[in-house]
Amino acid sequence: MPDLTKTAPVPDETKAPVADPSAVVKADKARSLWGDAWQDLRRNWYFVISAGLIVILLLITAFPGLFTSASPTTGDLVNHFLGKPELSKIGSPEWFGYDGQGRSVYARVIYGTRASVIVGVAVTLAVTLFGGLIGMLSGYFGGWIDALLSGFTNIFLGLPFLLGAMVVLQAFTDRSIWVVVFALAFLGWTQIARVMRGAVITIKQSDFVQAARALGASTPRILFRHILPNVMAPVIVVATISLGVYISAEATLSYLGLGLASPTVSWGMDISGGSAQIRVAQHILIYPSIMLSITVLAFIMLGEAVRNALDPKTR
Amino acid sequence: MGRYVIRRLLQMIPVFFGTTLLIFLMVNVMGDPIAGLCGDRRCDPATAAQLRAEFGLDKPVWQQYLTYMGNVFTGDFGTAFNGQKVTELMATAFPITIRLTLIAIVFEIVIGISLGVVTGLRRGRPVDTTVLVLTLVVISVPTFVTGLLLQLVLGVEWGIIKPSVSPQAPVNELLVPGLVLASVSLAYVTRLTRTSIAENARADYVRTATAKGLPRRRVVVRHLLRNSLIPVVTFIGTDVGALMGGAIVTERIFNIHGVGFQLYQGILRQNSQTVVGFVTILVLVFLAANLIVDLLYAVLDPRIRYA
Repeated sequence: MPDLTKTAPVPDETKAPVADPSAVVKADKARSLWGDAWQDLRRNWYFVISAGLIVILLLITAFPGLFTSASPTTGDLVNHFLGKPELSKIGSPEWFGYDGQGRSVYARVIYGTRASVIVGVAVTLAVTLFGGLIGMLSGYFGGWIDALLSGFTNIFLGLPFLLGAMVVLQAFTDRSIWVVVFALAFLGWTQIARVMRGAVITIKQSDFVQAARALGASTPRILFRHILPNVMAPVIVVATISLGVYISAEATLSYLGLGLASPTVSWGMDISGGSAQIRVAQHILIYPSIMLSITVLAFIMLGEAVRNALDPKTR
Repeated sequence: MGRYVIRRLLQMIPVFFGTTLLIFLMVNVMGDPIAGLCGDRRCDPATAAQLRAEFGLDKPVWQQYLTYMGNVFTGDFGTAFNGQKVTELMATAFPITIRLTLIAIVFEIVIGISLGVVTGLRRGRPVDTTVLVLTLVVISVPTFVTGLLLQLVLGVEWGIIKPSVSPQAPVNELLVPGLVLASVSLAYVTRLTRTSIAENARADYVRTATAKGLPRRRVVVRHLLRNSLIPVVTFIGTDVGALMGGAIVTERIFNIHGVGFQLYQGILRQNSQTVVGFVTILVLVFLAANLIVDLLYAVLDPRIRYA
């Protein structure tokens, strides 16, 4: 971390993906990689800020009604365009103004969180499971299995990501959240597969793997009990950062008109709608953009913090 | 070297056919190629059958793919459903996108590397921290948001640039779109150069050069920079393909009629010939860029030899 000298106050409720109750021990005891990482993370202001933001975002995703009383889908045409933002009325429906159909921009920004976070988390889970499995098999077995699976990975890698997702999405007429998840995961798994393959190849020569094999452990046991825990670190880092990237990709697709469709509330669609009215009412464009950028930033910062904590070279 | 190139070229063949087959299947099996032909409603069965026969869509998919590839190798990319030849569309679209990509790469090199050198030499100082946080922000703000905001501020509010690029797309109108297209990669180039410079600044050869009494400028430019740029060159090289494919968003915001525009129209109208044709070329660009980067590696770093 560039700035470890500044120690931020550590709130106890901050959640870490690598939290381990036994890790918070006195410094003179021997600690695992994860314990070390957790100690590092708690002192890192990148982590504290991003984890705080993510907790708030998850709260909004689960209970959007707590943050606004207005409905994101019903509007009053009386407010059409004339409803400019009233920044002093924090939290009220008119806070961020109204859009072209008289709907509260604030309510739409709040309710739009759910689609983005669900897509981000679901795609990340899907690509980590699928890409991780492919990468692990490819790296562990080598030989023709590796040649086949790597070739398969390279084929998907050759296709531009956004473009491929657009082609997949165009095939569906009603695009729910899960269709978007499928389209992004369909092309997104290659990165994790490559990272996993590289990590497995490095670790499979280790003595403890040889020892496990010599003791007669079965292949699944070696893979999941011995290798997997030791290759998790790079995969978690890549997965956290890509969560932000997938949220951004969903918004981009929705902006292009190929992602989510009404009545789902999505920042990308609202930004697209706002860009059409850029000359009359900029606030329709700006507030969802800010919210989207903060969300992506939170996940990318979290990934950076986790990377610095897990990479011994930066210690 | 020669044998290495030949081996790499041979390895590219299955990837090329695999990727083109993948996009072909995605367009023709997942989507319905004639769906867009009758406007927004469905074609009536007789017309649909006639169209399918006319475009050869009634044959099995593998046969369609082989026919298509056969035609591609004779330079025939087929006809878009509006009757225009796909090669004609390419002839107008590719020069514009290549111009846009080149501008983006110049921005990456000039701004990205300079910022990287400045921050890498002052690691941990305020300049470094500021630029590092800025790069994170640039990476986090999606390209279409950056584009729309620049268009709003520079084009609509201040009137410095034209919000919409004219059909000929002259270089001066492509400067801001080029910067938008480059933005995320620019941040990555900055961070990559910074790490690389900071790592090498402690190397023995730098200390030797300083000890010889060389001026600092010469040490940095001739000794440090040359050795630190190898990973950066790799990144920029592989980025060429990504930039050309990723120009869809930038071209849409600034109304540039390049590759991204044609692809966007092609996908929306389910114009399979256009989509497959353009993607085929993009895949070739991607593969060629990767090969060139690997070869450059050996040129830049004499320790790497390809037998």
